[in-house]
Order: sequence, then structure tokens, then C-alpha cells
Amino acid sequence: MFKKLAISAVAAFTLATGAMAAGDSGHKIHDVDFSFEGPFGAFDQNQLQRGLQVYTEVCSACHGLKFVPLRTLADEGGPHLPADQVRAYASQFDIYDAALDEDVPRKPSDFFPSSALENAPDLSLMAKGRAGFHGPYGLGINQFIKGIGGPEYITAILTGYTGEEKEQAGTTFYENTAFPGGWIAMAPPLYGEDVEFADGHSNDLHHEAEDAAAFLMWTAEPKLMARKQAGFVGVLILTLLSVLLYLTNKRLWAPHKKKKH
Amino acid sequence: MGGIPHDHYEPKTKGEKWLDSRLPIVGLLYTTLTAPTPKNLNWMWIWGIVLTFCLVLQIVTGIVLAMHYTPHVDNAFASVEHIMRDVNGGYMLRYMHANGASLFFVAVYAHIFRGLYYGSYKAPREVTWIIGMLIYLLMMATGFMGYVLPWGQMSFWGATVITGLFGAIPFIGESIQTLLLGGPAVDNATLNRFFSLHYLLPFVIAGLVIIHIWAFHTTGNNNPTGVEVRRGSKEEAEKDTLPFWPYFVIKDLFALAVILAIFFAVVGFMPNYLGHPDNYMQANPLSTPAHIVPEWYFLPFYAILRAFTSEVWVVQIASFVTGGIVDAKFFGVLAMFGAIAVMALVPWLDTSSVRSGRFRPMFKWWFALLVIDFFALMWLGAMPAEEPYASFSLIASAYWFGYFLVILPLLGVIEKPDTPPATIEEDFAAHYGGDADKSAE
Repeated sequence: MFKKLAISAVAAFTLATGAMAAGDSGHKIHDVDFSFEGPFGAFDQNQLQRGLQVYTEVCSACHGLKFVPLRTLADEGGPHLPADQVRAYASQFDIYDAALDEDVPRKPSDFFPSSALENAPDLSLMAKGRAGFHGPYGLGINQFIKGIGGPEYITAILTGYTGEEKEQAGTTFYENTAFPGGWIAMAPPLYGEDVEFADGHSNDLHHEAEDAAAFLMWTAEPKLMARKQAGFVGVLILTLLSVLLYLTNKRLWAPHKKKKH
Repeated sequence: MGGIPHDHYEPKTKGEKWLDSRLPIVGLLYTTLTAPTPKNLNWMWIWGIVLTFCLVLQIVTGIVLAMHYTPHVDNAFASVEHIMRDVNGGYMLRYMHANGASLFFVAVYAHIFRGLYYGSYKAPREVTWIIGMLIYLLMMATGFMGYVLPWGQMSFWGATVITGLFGAIPFIGESIQTLLLGGPAVDNATLNRFFSLHYLLPFVIAGLVIIHIWAFHTTGNNNPTGVEVRRGSKEEAEKDTLPFWPYFVIKDLFALAVILAIFFAVVGFMPNYLGHPDNYMQANPLSTPAHIVPEWYFLPFYAILRAFTSEVWVVQIASFVTGGIVDAKFFGVLAMFGAIAVMALVPWLDTSSVRSGRFRPMFKWWFALLVIDFFALMWLGAMPAEEPYASFSLIASAYWFGYFLVILPLLGVIEKPDTPPATIEEDFAAHYGGDADKSAE
């Protein structure tokens, strides 16, 4: 009885929670096969560096990454830039120094600048703050293999412009197939061939968008790889412990459970 | 131990006698560990250990998180990001704490429904049940306040909606709401008092857990047959029981290890599965999220809260009779707390002479329906407040109350229960011949 109930309970539970977190947009966000998805997924260092370049040359004109310390650009598992490059990168942004009462170049110990444009949201956590999909059938368990679809959502926004525009109360809105409601205030930021990648990687619109999205996944979850590793070790040790405890338990109870048959 | 005859601790050496006459703590530990436990307990009796583990996990991870967290509206969100990025292992601590709350509630719901099926609430275990319900209420309060601390969008708007419920209470509601919030709206004062209480309540829970354990060690454990352990003599009692250590400790630890393996898979590979993406957006009082959804463990009762709108005739009658004092909003709040209250009162609502649901042919089906109803309410709580979900919610809420207030009292009268085995020993011999898993039916 209880076993049957438990099974239906688990099924209903996943249904319920799945439906709960189901996205509010009816728009289809296409899955992208990012390298960091799945239990063994890892960030692609080259992709993160390209994404950083797209972010620096395009996104950062309006958006900020105020929760991301610049020094983490040197982190292993992240873009992994050499220390001198991080220093050089940091110094291109100014920060107000109260002691000197003037703007000085940022150091690696500082954070990325905040959004330059008041209405542009900070992008630090955008890849976790949006869920692109919640499948299959609204269950959400594909998170296990595909993540929550945040980077896919960003990719879809960057590539989802139809070219239509409209004026409303003095603001221009641009039609975007991925944005809830269909009209977004952000002008199309990428058209393809907006940046030149040093590694010669394709710079068409889709590749630029995916690289930017991958970089934003890293800014949102910089410890993703360490976390997956810790999870893997945890599951492994506990599985082993379960087996040992199962055998101990079986042996312990054996003298009391041999009546039947 | 519930008048079950068993061996007691006898201090032997001089040192032991010296300590025992001053503080009989060794004897207490001995009695607790060797407690005679019904030997036919099945796998639904493992949740107590899981819950105890959860409480310790939450307190330990929580205390370390509190060392790095800043309870201020300007810094709370950033300090959580600091924990996620800069604190050594901080991302694991926070994800374990956040998902630990979910594990806590999974375990408590399994534990509660175990009690409801096997009649663990029935005499003489009513006090254990009531203490358990208090623990559950405090868990909900703690979980709710903990969700506010990261100061994301769902934190802020969840706090606004839930504290607003108290405002629906006639006459004194607004004062209570102001007291809860520390001002007219959710703000820094709210965050500070929630942090303070979120730190305090787990220790109150820990105290109640000790009383909970004390209570059921006084009555003895219930078991799947609902038949009491024989207490005539020590020999007789030993045919029905085995000592807690090592038999049940090892069994429970095995179950705990399996559950924790799943837990670590969630924490490691999909830690945001049960969270809401909106909570990674910093709280913004000027921007309301499209859907405000509470955490999954509140959803069944949230559905009951929303089910009673002003179009429902019960609500209209209540409003008419009380001269408008009980409006739809207040009725919803009453229904939500009432849904928990009827569960707490179940020892006096269940009139059956047989304790375990295993021997109650009609009860089994109504209980199965209650479990389905619970999950249906959980699903409905996440749906938007519109048709057809509103009607479904009303039906599901009606069944919840119907089960406790009508079906349970009636079943005791009209149902003809099967005959339980005379002793636990008999049941054990019939069930546990070779395979322990059969015990779970």
C-alpha cells in the first residue's frame, strides 16, 4: 500500500514542482548544447574568453556585472586569463577613489562596473534569473542534463529580433520572439561580425550570442565545475556507504529473519 | 520506555556510581540507545532519523552562513553572492542549506502521512502528535523567513503576500502585520527581525524535538500493526522488540545514506531545481513579478487559502452571519490555518477502535485519496488563480476538510475493521520471513 502510494506521491510531487516553476513565457526557447551542461559538463575556456570579448565590446556599453570580482577572470575553470592580462583588463574601467577624490583605474580586486544605463539590468546573475525551459512536460527534471535554460534564453533574446520596431510613450520597442510580451526596449545589440575573435572562431550572430550566453553563465555560477565535482564525490561516497550499510544491516538482522520458507 | 520491561543501566565501578548519584546521564543515554523497539517497523519509520539529521544540517550550515551574511536591505543580496563566490565552499553551504530545507519538508510530510496511515496519533500518543504539529508549524515559519533572507524578488514579494494574510484578521490584523514587518511595508526592519527569528526558531524546534522523542519513548513506538508491545514480562516484551541500537540505528543510517546520495545529486547537479529563477533578481519594491509563488512546501495550504473566494457560498454565508467581519480574505486565512488545525486534532476526530490503516479496508481508500488530494493541492497552489484551477482547488480543499471532519469520525462507526494479529511477534513471523522489503507492503 505504502509503496504504491509513495510512487504516485513522487510522480505527483515532480509534476507539481515542475508545473510550479514552469516559465511564464509561452515562447519557445531552443536548446543549445553548451559544454557546461550535465553532471560532467565543464566551461570551455576559449568560449568564455570570446564571450568576455563580446561582453566588453558590446554588452558593457549599457550593462554591468557588479557582483563579479575582476580578479575571478584569472580563475581556473573560468576564462583563466593570465594575471597581467587581468590587471590590464581591469585598468580600462575607472572607479571613484574617495581618498584621492578622483577616478582611478580599477584593480583586479575591484568588481566589474555596474550598468552604465539606468534601465539596463545587471547581467551578473541573468543566466540563473531566467529559465528558458522547464521540460519535459513541465517537470523540470531536464535540468539534470540541460540546466535551467538561462543561457539558452539569453541566446534566444540576442538572436530573436525580427527587425520590427514601434514607438510607445517616447520609447522605441523592438520585436523579439524570445522576450515575454514580444516587445523589448533593448535595441538589437548583435548583428553578426560585431567583434573579431583572436582565435579565428566564427563571429556570425549565433556564435557571438552563444559565446556571450556561456560567459554570462560563468558570471552567474562561477563555481559550477567545483560544485559538480563536489556533488560527484558526495554521491560516490554515499553510494559506497549505502552498500556497506545495506550489507551490515542485512547481516545484523539475518538471525531474526530466517523463519519463513 | 512506555512501561515495556527492559534492562536498566547499573553503575558498576566507583566512578560510575559517583557520577550516577549526581547526574544519571549515562543511564539516560543507555536507556535511549537500548530502547525496546517493535521489531516489525517498516521503511516508513526511518524519517525520524532523516528529520533529526536535517535539523542538524540546517543548524550547522546555517550558523556558518550567518557568519558571512549581512542582514541589511542594501547588502543582503550582495552578501549572498559573496558567499557563492568568495567564501571557501560557500556555494556548497548555501545550496545544501537551501535544498536541505526541501529535504526537511519532504521528510516531514512523509513522517506525517506515515503517522496518519498507521494511526500513530491515536491514544496514548496524542501528545507526541501535538508536539509534532507544533514542530511542523515552526518549521514552516522558519522556512518562510529563511526564504526572505537572500532578498531576491520572490523573497520580497513572498514576504509581502504572506504577511498581508495577517492583515486580513479583523480588528487586530493591521497591528499584527505592522508588528511582523516592523513598519508599514516589507523593509530593512522586516529583514532584520526575520533574520533574528530565523536563527532563533531552529533551537526552539530542537527543544521540541527532544520533548517529541521523550513523549514517544514514554508511550513506546507505534508500529505497522498498531498492536502494542506486550508488557507482561521482560521475556514477552523481548519477543516483540529489539533494542534500538544496533538494529534500528544501522537500518536508519542505511536509509539516510541512500537519501543523502540523492540529496547530493540534487545539490551537485541541479541545485536550483526547487528554487525560483526570480530570486536571483535583487528585490525591487517597484517591480512586481508576474507570478508570486511560495516555496513548494507551502503550496497545498496556499491553494486552500486561495480556494475560498467571495463567490463561494460558504464564504457568503460566513460573511452574512458575521455581518461582514469574516470576508473572503479572512475566510481564506482561517481555512489555511484550519487545514493544519484539523490535522492537529485528528487524535480526537478518528473514532475507529483499530489503530493501523492496514486493518481498515475502507479507510485505506479514503486515505489514498487524501494523499492524492495533498499532491493535487500542491499542484493547484502553483497554478494561476483562474478557472478551471479555482474550482479544482475548492473541491480539493473540501475533501481535505471532509476527510478529517466527516469521513474519519464516520468511518469509525460504519467500517468493519479486519482483525489485527494478536502480537507483534506473530506479524513479524508472517511478514519478515526472508525479505525485509515485504514489510513495506
